[in-house]
Amino acid sequence: MTSQLIELGAIILGLGLLGAVSVRFSISPIPLYLLAGLAFGSGGILPLTTSEEFVSLGAEVGVILLLFTLGLEYTPDELVATLRTSAPIGLADLALNAAPGAIAAVLLGWGPVAAVALAGVTCVTSSGITAKVIGDLGWLGNRETPSVLSVLVFEDLAMAAYLPILTALLAGAGLLGGTLTLLIAAATISVILWVALRHGTVVERFVASPSQEVLLLKVLGLTVLVAGLAEQLQVSAAVGAFLVGIAVSGPLAHDARQLITPLRDLFAAVFFVFFGLHTDPTELPPVVGIAALLAVAGILTKSATGWLAARRAGVARTGRLRAGTALVPRGEFNIVIAGLAVTAGGNSRLGPLAAAYVLILAVAGPLLARAAEPLAQAVRMRRSTAGS
Amino acid sequence: MDVERTALPGIGLQHVFTTAKGRRIGTISHRDGRRDLLVYDRVDPDTCVLTVPLTVEEANALAELLGTARIVERLTELHRQVEGLVSAQIPIAAGSPYDGRTLGDAQIRTRTGASIVAVVRDGNVVASPRPDFGFQARDIVVVVGTAEGTAAVGDILATG
Repeated sequence: MTSQLIELGAIILGLGLLGAVSVRFSISPIPLYLLAGLAFGSGGILPLTTSEEFVSLGAEVGVILLLFTLGLEYTPDELVATLRTSAPIGLADLALNAAPGAIAAVLLGWGPVAAVALAGVTCVTSSGITAKVIGDLGWLGNRETPSVLSVLVFEDLAMAAYLPILTALLAGAGLLGGTLTLLIAAATISVILWVALRHGTVVERFVASPSQEVLLLKVLGLTVLVAGLAEQLQVSAAVGAFLVGIAVSGPLAHDARQLITPLRDLFAAVFFVFFGLHTDPTELPPVVGIAALLAVAGILTKSATGWLAARRAGVARTGRLRAGTALVPRGEFNIVIAGLAVTAGGNSRLGPLAAAYVLILAVAGPLLARAAEPLAQAVRMRRSTAGS
Repeated sequence: MDVERTALPGIGLQHVFTTAKGRRIGTISHRDGRRDLLVYDRVDPDTCVLTVPLTVEEANALAELLGTARIVERLTELHRQVEGLVSAQIPIAAGSPYDGRTLGDAQIRTRTGASIVAVVRDGNVVASPRPDFGFQARDIVVVVGTAEGTAAVGDILATG
């Protein structure tokens, strides 16, 4: 027990120090957490032994809270409105960005299940991190920003449909069993979504409390319970938590967010470490080449998506470039998907590949975003000199 | 003047407009009450070159500053436009029949033709008060109308 506490304390303190580094250089801390996990995991420099159990449960809670706070960000009305207005660009985004992952998995001969998983890994951009990056760069007011945010919302929604499919595929169900699972999943999602959209106030009345303590326990309990039930029904716990987050909106969402965010930060950090722990660093070098190719492809396809989305909103070249670089994938949900795939017994090389992919983009993404404006300016200057 | 209103999913609302001189400015209202003040590039209307984050209090203070200044301007404007129009500041004395009653009760415009454009309470300006606005003793009522009209308002607020 004592050694467990020592290990746990050391892990969390280490993460705190890494977080400080990330704040100092204003980058996302997730790649640093991953590196920490890699260093302490199996085959790393200092393998952990005793706190494994806590970390593994903490990681599950981390994913649930990540998705719950994501759902909190949106009101049901916003989601419906986004679906209506940005379906074409959202679908284009999914098609463009799922393709590199799917093609790579097929070319590598990893089979159709891994192709679906890898398509998810290359497709999603973390909306939370992207919104923060946009804010940090002072781009919130820019005219392309609403289009970028709509694409992200659409991706989040698509994930609610994607995760159950992936879970069913990973469970290795046959055609009949798989279809049954998917039907159950679709029914469950519809029920939760129906409650969220039509009877959100009932949920809110049940959860609301003037005491912060009661509110925290109720919100956390409800979220984890629904997530657990969803998992029991083969829907993926993460999706259940996401839908609970959507059901809670208004002032209650604001209070819940403030209460849950510190917990989310703790458990999400644990999740990323857990993922790193379970990735053998010695498996990284063989997949680095593929990861680099995927990263280049991802940057290109995401930029294309951003360009299209911004053009659709009538934004000029500079803005289109910015939209593209803002959308470049940055960790978080790529890791969530890869984590699901690996724990459910998918191709074990998915983990290292996703880790390498995220680490490469973690460096390339912020650099690209900062380069977008000077680049656009340079193009403009050259054009104007050429024209005169 | 057209104000463009755009929803930012997960963040809040954005309001932007173009000034007469061609500058684009706007605000972002975050869900938690924070406001960002936005100033756009002179040439590129897509690019926001300046974002000033404001806390709730700061945003209120800024709104008050802009709002207060506007009332004074509106008054001088009225003076300039219409010869013979005067503005008066009429205090509600303790014991006035309207202490505790609403602006609508006094029927100022119907009875005198003058308009109440603002009420100053404890140094704060309430611009364009609505009919359900309740007077209190020590309020200062800013009224605009003809000389006779504003004098009549003074009588009404003093004696009913």
